[in-house]
Amino acid sequence: MKLSRRARITVRIIAFLGLAAIYLPLLLVLVNSLNADRSFGWPPRQLTLHWWTDAWASTGARAALWTSVRAGLGATALALVLGSLAAFAVHRHRFFGREAVSFAVVLPIALPGIVTGIALNSAFRTVLQPAGIGLGLFTVVVGHATFCIVVVFNNVTARLRRTSGSYEEAAMDLGATTFQVYRDITFPLLRSALAAGALLAFALSFDEIAVTTFTAGAGVQTLPVWIFANMARPNQAPVVNVVAAVLVLLSVVPIYLAQRLSSDTK
Amino acid sequence: MTTDSAGRRLAGALHRRPRLRLGLLLAAPLTWLLVAYLGSLAVLFLSAFWTTDPFTSDVVRSWTTDNFRTLLSAPVYRTVALRSLGVAAAVTVIDAVVALPIACYTALVAKPSRRPLLVVALLTPLWASYLVKAYAWRIILANGGPLDWALGPLGLHSPGYGLTAVILVLAYLWLPYMILPIHAGLEQLPANLLDASADLGARTWRTVRSVVLPMVLPSVAAGSVFTFSLSLGDYLAVQIVGGRSQLIGNLIYANVTLNLPLAAALGTVPVVAILLYLLAVRRSGALRSL
Repeated sequence: MKLSRRARITVRIIAFLGLAAIYLPLLLVLVNSLNADRSFGWPPRQLTLHWWTDAWASTGARAALWTSVRAGLGATALALVLGSLAAFAVHRHRFFGREAVSFAVVLPIALPGIVTGIALNSAFRTVLQPAGIGLGLFTVVVGHATFCIVVVFNNVTARLRRTSGSYEEAAMDLGATTFQVYRDITFPLLRSALAAGALLAFALSFDEIAVTTFTAGAGVQTLPVWIFANMARPNQAPVVNVVAAVLVLLSVVPIYLAQRLSSDTK
Repeated sequence: MTTDSAGRRLAGALHRRPRLRLGLLLAAPLTWLLVAYLGSLAVLFLSAFWTTDPFTSDVVRSWTTDNFRTLLSAPVYRTVALRSLGVAAAVTVIDAVVALPIACYTALVAKPSRRPLLVVALLTPLWASYLVKAYAWRIILANGGPLDWALGPLGLHSPGYGLTAVILVLAYLWLPYMILPIHAGLEQLPANLLDASADLGARTWRTVRSVVLPMVLPSVAAGSVFTFSLSLGDYLAVQIVGGRSQLIGNLIYANVTLNLPLAAALGTVPVVAILLYLLAVRRSGALRSL
């Protein structure tokens, strides 16, 4: 683009400042986890790794992390099944209400988490509790899966749209049954789309707090809920700082995996 | 083998009956979404027309429009609802203004070889936890915190916790959701349009105003769906950096245990606003570029 020199420089400076503003708070979290000062005064006068060993020993944070991982895996598994079923139905068939299905899939993520949260909360309490299933990890998984379906659905429909059906038709002409076609042709074609969907679904579930707050039973604490509960407690500040720093560092992992996935499909 | 031939018969039966296949495919996801999710949403909004027992806080299923009347007549709810819409609009405008030059850089000005790396740099913060980012700002804005320290020599100080902090934090949280669609939109902008504009004698600013902006407007609208609806439903950022200020999400949160019907009635405000906004944006055709 033929931009004037001045415009180029201005845009570059603004972009640089913008990126700096995006990353500085994250950097601050990392530095603060090493701040030796008990009250975390700024600027830090001395750095220490002491809080990191403290945090490693924090049973609360570790239990919350484990709960988050289990909730994320459960929600991802459910979302993978439900999302790909819905994607197949919408892509392969023409039927009345097809648009409505796509809309119903998107709705849980479009509406505010607090609305989804209280709707599920009152439904669980009126329907599941009389059946003997109280609020607990199971209800968290159900709640998370509801808004994770959309990312699997989107990834799978996008892939189905791009792959032609001729491989599957060839397999069927050669006498393969519906199940054989799925196992040998469709699934391998979808594999990386399913992996990308699963990655996003897990990340969404791992970060969710509003829906978790309303669907978790007493004693079930995911990591975000734990952070939120301990954020305002001065004696927990060192551990919260370290957990926050760990989460910032961990956000590189999905980026790396996503890059691997996209280079696989090219 | 019998199991194999049974599988074969089942596969054949399914192949001959596409409606049965469709039914089996849709059964589980539709039961989940329609019965479990939409069902509970419907009951929630139905309960907005119910009331509670003033002594036990139990929900009483008698039909009344009192909750909505309270919502419209009590000044506190009106003020908070308007304030929430204002905050969501402010966040959207700030993000659009900040995102445009950044996306211009990543999509048009930066060297093509560097662009994929820049996109990764924009995507990475999205994977960092919401709470961690809000927590970072709680530290930054604290009295005597990093912002006070940085602005001190200039004679300025941090805005502290309050509504300004909420707008700032929400704008920070949702900024990548605005940059990425605009970046994608600018990338698809045909280069010869810009050349043509320059050939016809337009200066940079004129080209931006008459060619670039109209072309990226759908992308801005797509990004604004995220910034607007995510801001409107938020109640956590307010609890973390909002001080004593309240948004509609906090009122819903505060009423859930004691007065669920009122909380449900309050919940209709962001839902209706978001649906109206989605419809308006859909008419502009922006959702197709998502």
